[in-house]
This record gives sequence, structure tokens and C-alpha cells, in this order.
Amino acid sequence: MTNEILTGAQAIVRSLELLGVTDVFGLPGGAILPTYDPLMDSTKIRHILVRHEQGAGHAAEGYASASGKLGVCIATSGPGATNLVTAIADAHMDSVPLLAITGQVNSTSIGTDAFQEADIVGITMPITKHSFLVTKAEDIPATLAAAVLIATTGRPGPVLVDIAKDAQNAKAEFVWPPKVELPGYKPVTKPHGKQVQAAAQMIAESKRPVLYVGGGIVRANASQELLELARITGAPVVTTLMARGAFPDSDPQNLGMPGMHGTVPAVTSLQKSDLLITLGARFDDRVTGQVKTFASNAKVIHIDIDPAEIGKIKFADVPIVGDLKEVLPELNEELRKELGSKKLDLAEWWVFLNDLRKRYPLGYTEPEDGKLSPQFVISRIGEISGPEAIFAAGVGQHQMWSAQFIKYERPNSWLNSGGAGTMGYSVPAAMGAKVAQPERLVWAIDGDGCFQMTNQELATCTINNIPIKVAIINNSSLGMVRQWQTLFYNSRYSNTDLNTGTDTMMVPDFVKLAEAYGALGIRVETEAEVDAAIKLAIETNDRPVVIDFIVGRDAMVWPMVPAGLSNDEVQFARDSRPVWDEGEEE
Amino acid sequence: MSQHVLSLLVEDTPGLLTRVAGLFARRGFNIESLAVGQTEVPGFSRITVVVNVEGAPLEQVTKQLNKLINVIKVVELEPETTVERDHMLIKVKTDPATRSQVLEAVTLFRARVIDVASDALIIEITGETAKCEAFLRVLEPFGIKELVQSGVLAMGRGSKSITEKVLK
Repeated sequence: MTNEILTGAQAIVRSLELLGVTDVFGLPGGAILPTYDPLMDSTKIRHILVRHEQGAGHAAEGYASASGKLGVCIATSGPGATNLVTAIADAHMDSVPLLAITGQVNSTSIGTDAFQEADIVGITMPITKHSFLVTKAEDIPATLAAAVLIATTGRPGPVLVDIAKDAQNAKAEFVWPPKVELPGYKPVTKPHGKQVQAAAQMIAESKRPVLYVGGGIVRANASQELLELARITGAPVVTTLMARGAFPDSDPQNLGMPGMHGTVPAVTSLQKSDLLITLGARFDDRVTGQVKTFASNAKVIHIDIDPAEIGKIKFADVPIVGDLKEVLPELNEELRKELGSKKLDLAEWWVFLNDLRKRYPLGYTEPEDGKLSPQFVISRIGEISGPEAIFAAGVGQHQMWSAQFIKYERPNSWLNSGGAGTMGYSVPAAMGAKVAQPERLVWAIDGDGCFQMTNQELATCTINNIPIKVAIINNSSLGMVRQWQTLFYNSRYSNTDLNTGTDTMMVPDFVKLAEAYGALGIRVETEAEVDAAIKLAIETNDRPVVIDFIVGRDAMVWPMVPAGLSNDEVQFARDSRPVWDEGEEE
Repeated sequence: MSQHVLSLLVEDTPGLLTRVAGLFARRGFNIESLAVGQTEVPGFSRITVVVNVEGAPLEQVTKQLNKLINVIKVVELEPETTVERDHMLIKVKTDPATRSQVLEAVTLFRARVIDVASDALIIEITGETAKCEAFLRVLEPFGIKELVQSGVLAMGRGSKSITEKVLK
């Protein structure tokens, strides 16, 4: 059988089609021009032209995080490629399956400081799962197939494929399926049976277990299996920032989010636990606080697809390497055998935890300046939108409030930049999510600082009929930085004032900006207007919507464990620490 | 801190050395020595790295190395079951008065003279790092003009091979 002869550019498009890619986000330029020509004719791939390559990267991330599928972005060489760097780093930190394709100058010009040449493979080496430089047309199908395999299997992550312009122009026989040889890549998905038994035994003997659930559950699509484990054990569940929605918030076993801005019951449950059942979590410093005093009396079962995460921060008594989707059914089976008709006796543990829940529920005080409460606005967005909606947050106070005050009932409904903390993630990520899941309601909950970093993608949304809703929680400042200045820098507000509030110069005016982009712009300043604005936004689907919620700038995120301190120092509100039961103090 | 010898079997691809060296730098490990070369299997290279670290961080760096797609296998070579060799070329100053003393040291250490000039010799020595260093100390008083070394090469004793199983 003879194969077709294609140009490298045609081979790129054909390979992506055959790999099941249906949507890509990108922006053309000199070195990727050959590929944009056949891309125009593809009936299987929808290309969405962004306004900045960073937007393409975050859109691909949002697409992936909302759907569990691979996200794809394309850029040209040099600055096009370097503009993807932030999004690639973000995907690397949060294990997002991302394929970034970049054009490169002709292979004969590489290394000559040619126009728009940048060593993007070198630049992204520390922030990709892997990267490839392709200089021959015949290598394109196998390289793209390998890239997709690496990005989507094992611990997902970003893979960059840099393709020289002459490789896109040259012709070669198109062979499909290509031979993918990766002798050094064999992710372990099936757990070690003995270790699973040991874990089951340890759980059966525990008195104060906690299911410490990380984003790995979402990436592994293992929420159902987690629910089963929770039912068998009856143990409390905490869901990290990356795992919000992995376990329903309405479930009585869910204590909420742990960490720096976690709930008092969630933070305390880890501190007082005798066994952490760690599922796809990585003991991030924002969860552990000071590591030495973190859960110091707990043994640790650590289940993760990435062996390098196990023992990195905290010693694991029972390490299990595997895919949670495969590990949890085996663990559940072992636990059923181990427990028989017995149940774990956690009555005393729950008395302690329920008392904390009663005494330290999540809450907030109304702003003293009489402005809207940001927590109220975010709660209402969650309540009115319902559990099927998708919420993509930026980074800062509004992100924490969105993690705290929206009730998540399903995975892939909460998207945010957890590890990298990338301001500007929200609008493009929401756009990507809406492309992946057009039938779902998609909110970008953004801050006035974050919004100004990537809001140009509103043009992309309007022109391509991607009706996202943007809620700007406008406190006219870099709110989280301001909060730290209030708490730790004697309220000296160095360079955190953004002048976007109604009693300032209002540069820019977000409502006018929204209108300039062809979106519906709404300003909300009082509690009475909140519900109507949210409902109008939900009903408006012929264009994007931007609601400028003018909120109090002194609102703070509580609870809080100040950076570097022990989680035992969690503050429920400013200067107020929870009181433990007398008998519980060690 | 203690010294560890890691042996890496890697795919011979462009940028491979940057990936490995970059990983060490990112995680804050100092490389004492590094030697790279092709193996008996075409397309595969072997990197011998000597690092100075504690046990726990070493485990982390080994795991991180294993995550590199082009790294096939990482083995820590234990001193008791390993042969290690360093290779040095030393240009040492000589004159009619000192030449015979230098040549005597060469004989005692079973080194070899590979180039002769009127006022200098190039000597090569192969052996364990400690022996090579001892030889250097003996030559120092004569004046060392130039020194190059290979970095440690190491191989596990016995008939087993690092490329077995993984590549066949």
C-alpha cells in the first residue's frame, strides 16, 4: 500500500485530526504560516484566533480542565512562543494535559540569531513534561503522536513541539499510525498489591483518619471511586484548592478546603489526624504551612501516579504508585475484605470535628465602608448558577472566596491556577472551558487586577460566539497583596491601588470596556442589584457579559494561616484563634 | 554530605545533556564530575555522574531523573560492587635535574609518558580517583602546567549489564 505524500504542514493538520483534536487556540506568524494554510481547510478542527498567545495557552488549559481532554495551542516562533511560556508553566504546576505547537525558523537558520528566533525548547525545558524540536517533515506524525501520548497519560502535563518552517514546507510520505518509540516512558498505573493491603490494614486500625484529596482525583476522573472509599470508611474528606468539586460539598463527610485559607475544621482535622489517606495531593506549602508541625502525629498513606511526589515533602509510611482510577477500586475491595461486617469506629472523631464545624463555620463580616461584600456576590453567583456551571477564577482574594463560598458538587466545575498562581488565567480559561463544554454555563470570576492582564480575549469571545460571563470582583486594588500589607506591613499600601473603583479615576471603566468589546456590561454597586444582574448575565447568550461588582476593598480572606507558620496557628478571623477542647491539647 | 555515583542510561538525543544538567542545577545539586559517551547499543548513551548529597535528596533527584522521558534507567552504583576509573592528562614542568625524579614517580604509579618536550612531559594516568589525586600531589612540586580529566567512569562488577532487560 502506498501512502499519501503530504507537506509537513498538511501532516501536522492531518495528525492532529487523527489524534482526535477538534479545537485549537492560536495566533499565526511567519514561522508557523505554512501550517495555517491547510488548517484553513480542515473540517474537523476549529481554530480559534486569540488576541495574545498567553490567552491561547490558558484557553487550552481551561478547555482541558473543564473536559478532561487534551488542550491544544499554536503560536509562531520567537515572541509568539515566549508568550506561551506562562501558560505552559501554569499547566506544568497543575498537571494539565496541554500540547503547545510552535513554529521555528528554518532548520538551516537555527542558531544564527535569525529574525524571530528563540530557543523555545531550551526555554521551556524546566516547565514542560517533555519537548521536541522537529526539523524533518517525515518526523512530524510520530512526534505529534508521542507528544499527545506523553501529555495525556501518567501524570498529565504540557508538551511542546517546536517545528522548523522548512520541515513544514518539505514533503514526506504520511504514515499512520506512526511508530511511537518511548523506551524511557512507562508510567506505572497498577498499584502494588501488598502495598494496597498494607494501606487497607492501616486504615482499619486508624481512629482519626482523613481523606486528603488533591487535584489528582480530578485528573484521574476518580470521583466515583473516591465517593465509594468515603462511604466504606466513613472518614472525613478535605478537598484541596485543586480538588474542589472532586467530592460533593453537600456531602456531610466533606469538611471543605484545607490550607492557608482553609476551613478551621479541614485544617484542624489534618493537624489532629492519626492517618492521612493522601490521594493525588502533593503536600504543597499552601496546604501544609510549616512542614515540621504539619499533621505531626499522623501516619501517611500516599497514593500518586508520580513516584517523585511520594516522600518529596513528607515521609510516606505506605507509598503507592498508581493511577487513582485503578488504585481506589483495589483499595476499596481490600477494605471491604479487611473490615468485613465491621465499621470503622469514628464516633469520637466526628464529635470533635462536628463541634469545630458548629463553632467555626465559614463566614464573613459586612464591609465597613458600606460597599458590597465580595463574599456575598460570589455566594450568589454560585447559588444562582447551580452545580453544573463552570467557574474559572483568577488569582488572589476573589479566587480564595470562590473556592470557599461556591458549593461544588462535581469535578471539572472549578478551574483555577493553583500551583503557579497566574493572574490573568480566568478570562481565557473560561473561554476555553466554554468551547469544550458549550452547553454549560461558564463564569470567569476575576479580580480587577487579573482582568486587566488578559481581558483582550473578550474580543475572541464576542467574534467567535463564546458567551462567557465575567464577574469582576472590583475592589480597585491588588486585593490579596493589599491584605498582606494590612496584616504584615502596617497598612502601608505600596503600589496596590488600581483606581478602578467608582470613587476613583476609574481607569479603565470596565462597563465601557465591555461594551467596546461587544459584550454586555453591567455595573452593580448594591446588594439589591446583585441577583438581577446575575440572572440577566445567565439569560444573555448572544454575547459575553461583564458584570463590574464594586465591592469593599477592606474585605479579607479568612480563615488564614500566615505564611511559614504552623497550621496550629490558624486564625478564624483577624487576631482570633480557635479554642480547642481542653482535653485535646497535646 | 556523601558522595554518590549515579549511572544513567539515556537516549542519545539532542539536548539530552542540557535536560540532565538542568535538572541537577534546578534542584540545587552540585555535580562533582560527569562523563558521557555512547554505549554498545547504537542510539543510547551512558552518563556517569558523581554528586555530593544526603540520602533523602538523592532519592528525589533519582526520581526526577527517571521522569525525564529520554532517561531509560538510573542506577546508583555502590562502591563495594563497582569498578571506578578516572583518567587524567597532566603536563608537568621538567628540566634535566628533575626529569628522572618525575619519571620515577611515573613508574611507581604505573602512569605513562605520552609526550616529551625539552622542558615538559605529558603524562597520562588511569585509576581510582584517590590514586590519581595522590599522583598529582607527587607531581605538584615540579610544577603542573596543565591538567585535564575525564570524570569518573564506573561500571557494576559481574556479568550483568545496565542495558540488559531494558533495551533487549
